[in-house]
Amino acid sequence: MTDRDTALAIAGLDKSFGRTQVLGGITLNVAPGERVALLGHNGAGKSTLIKMILGLIRPGAGSIRVAGNAPGSAAARAATAYLPEQVAFHRSLTGREQLTMFARLAGEHPKTVAPLLERVGLALAADGRIGTYSKGMRQRLGLAQALLGRRRVALLDEPTSGLDPISRHDLYAVIDEMAANGTALLIASHALTELEARTDRIAIMAKGRLVADDSLGNLARAAALPTRIRLTAREGAAEAVQAELGGRRVNGRAVELDCTTEQKMAQLARISGLGEAVRDVEMVPPSLEDLYRHYCGENRQ
Amino acid sequence: MITRIMAIAATEFRIQTRNRWLASATVLMTLFALALTFAGSAPTGSLGVDLLTVSVASMTTLAVYLAPFLALMIAFDAIAGEAERGTLGLTLTYPLSRGEMLLGKFAAHLAVLAIAIALGLGSAGVAAWLAGGAGPASVQALARLIATAILLGACFLALGYVASALSGSGAGAAGLAVALWLVLVVLYDLGLLGALVMDAGGGFTKHVFPWLLALNPADAFRLWNVSAAQEVALVSGMAGAGEALPGWAAPLSLLLWPVLALALARTVFERVEP
Repeated sequence: MTDRDTALAIAGLDKSFGRTQVLGGITLNVAPGERVALLGHNGAGKSTLIKMILGLIRPGAGSIRVAGNAPGSAAARAATAYLPEQVAFHRSLTGREQLTMFARLAGEHPKTVAPLLERVGLALAADGRIGTYSKGMRQRLGLAQALLGRRRVALLDEPTSGLDPISRHDLYAVIDEMAANGTALLIASHALTELEARTDRIAIMAKGRLVADDSLGNLARAAALPTRIRLTAREGAAEAVQAELGGRRVNGRAVELDCTTEQKMAQLARISGLGEAVRDVEMVPPSLEDLYRHYCGENRQ
Repeated sequence: MITRIMAIAATEFRIQTRNRWLASATVLMTLFALALTFAGSAPTGSLGVDLLTVSVASMTTLAVYLAPFLALMIAFDAIAGEAERGTLGLTLTYPLSRGEMLLGKFAAHLAVLAIAIALGLGSAGVAAWLAGGAGPASVQALARLIATAILLGACFLALGYVASALSGSGAGAAGLAVALWLVLVVLYDLGLLGALVMDAGGGFTKHVFPWLLALNPADAFRLWNVSAAQEVALVSGMAGAGEALPGWAAPLSLLLWPVLALALARTVFERVEP
């Protein structure tokens, strides 16, 4: 890929703080209009990576190009939108004043501010002091500043934290709109939830390394996680059921089985063959959480 | 570039008026200046000068302490406080250089300081004029005092940014600012005084001491005001040191300090990783 195709290109990135290696051999590309979820536990190196893309921390080795520019250069900063995890503003300014300052810094006309405040649902609170805002409102203001101008790359660090479900819905819409406008989005998160599942690609970091980088479908296929079947046996029949089907006894009356997608129908046929001995059957497909844990090297619980 | 500096300056000025720094600095300046003017009005008759002249001499001494103090109080939070609150990181991801950010803040802070000093010292001047009269010379001395006090404030604003960029926290920056004030405004003079006593009128007193005075912005401020107006020098008793120096020494020092300190603040600020 050339710089023209990749809004964000990261190759062979290393970084150590003292003797501790925080990032090792990270290679990741994001194309214009592509939404990539960057997942990892706290301390996996996501925030360090984002700060490097912003040019706030220098890489130890490797290269980063933001829309073809070195990170931290004026051109790269003009092309980048950023929503910090703990978004903070000055308490004594109003939302409109704060956003107007950012608009001026970004080289946008102050006229663009009012529609943006409306877009994120802050039109009514625009002239109130930020000190009186709720966390969700500050997050919306943070989102509004990330929408200023037409940016090539957007870095959203935990954008859903502090948002209520309705705000989440608005956030999805904003993200899709940015992607439709050709912005490359990198969305950092410590969990694989509904939002991350809606992205085009999922990159998972563990201990400073990139352990997965693919679409959700491909990741699920490659992981081949089993579906879990939970049976509730008739009183006293649990032992017989376990003897017939295998699996684990969970408590006095329940038995759990793991099976692959191909085995599922055959297992169900065997279960119905047991007739009266089974009172109830519950099927649990692998969740996003299970998939995420699998790639982080943790077992399903 | 100018747009970005103006954007930072406008925001910063708004914050300073909202957190009442502008109001409290002005009130503080006015109260002290008025108190000094009327408490110090006794010697007018015996020295044969008008009340405003005495007042300017007293206010010169006041401004040496108060202008640096106010400047440091405004400046110490500029970088460390923003880093601590988490607002610095986001602002620096915008296409804004650190020098531009610093200049924007400096412009706003200097405006706050200039308003406080001009209103505070000016109102005392008006009061002295109403109570005891003033001549063209003493009005000129007052104008010079106000302008040089603003310059002195500018030095210490820039020094406050250095302290702010050096410390990781607002509390650390406040401590460093107090230390700066103590050393440059109080201890430096005490040290020189000690050296003078030891030297007992030798070569140090004649050739080195005046230059050391001019080197310190607070003393340069005093020298400039004193050597420029004979009546003020008469009242403040500081004429000796001023005569040993060429006339440009103190003004040059006071004009160079803010520029050099701002350059230093920018260098230190470049190294801050938010």
